[in-house]
Amino acid sequence: MYKIEILGTGCAKCNKLEETARKASEEMGIEYEVVKVKEINKIMEYGVMITPALVVNGEVKVAGKVPSIEEVKKMIGGK
Amino acid sequence: MGECACNTGTKLLYSCSGNADVGEIADRAARKLRKEGYSHGSCIAGIGAGISGYIQSAKGADVNITIDGCSVACSRKILENIGIVPVSYIVTEMGFKKGSSPATPEAIETVCENIRKGNSATVKEKTFAAADGGCGCGGKC
Repeated sequence: MYKIEILGTGCAKCNKLEETARKASEEMGIEYEVVKVKEINKIMEYGVMITPALVVNGEVKVAGKVPSIEEVKKMIGGK
Repeated sequence: MGECACNTGTKLLYSCSGNADVGEIADRAARKLRKEGYSHGSCIAGIGAGISGYIQSAKGADVNITIDGCSVACSRKILENIGIVPVSYIVTEMGFKKGSSPATPEAIETVCENIRKGNSATVKEKTFAAADGGCGCGGKC
């Protein structure tokens, strides 16, 4: 099970990142859950200074931008 | 902190962590600039420690700025170690001498003003981090 967290307060880029992460996970055929983290103090606990951010199994993979589906696949795959 | 990237031009600011007077000036200037809204603060120690959130935030920012106390430039080198070349400011290159420059409000404002005006003498200088990852200053910077 992959735990995918989307950090952000709910802006357009946050929503786009969530959509991209879901598509990437579906195409990879993995078992996953998506958790949206909107509370600013919780976001800060990850050391994330700019949002949106993508966290896979506890590790921040990207912050401040929305990568492509292919890039997100690599991030989920640990590459 | 917690800046939304929907706003363009995200600037993250880092300062020297040293205990010398010029390090204190750097630290307090960074805090002052952040409070003014010049930039957002971040944590150079977090990057040095390999915390993924700090590292990815630096990579996602439009501009990263370092204020180092002395020319050892630990903050700048920590960012260079993760492939980022920041806009670099160094307090001792602004007329302050290490060991005889108390962190007065005037000194802090002088550094802040240089940064507001973009008076960086070192931004284009290429540096290489020490092989052992340490700055070799013995806690003086």
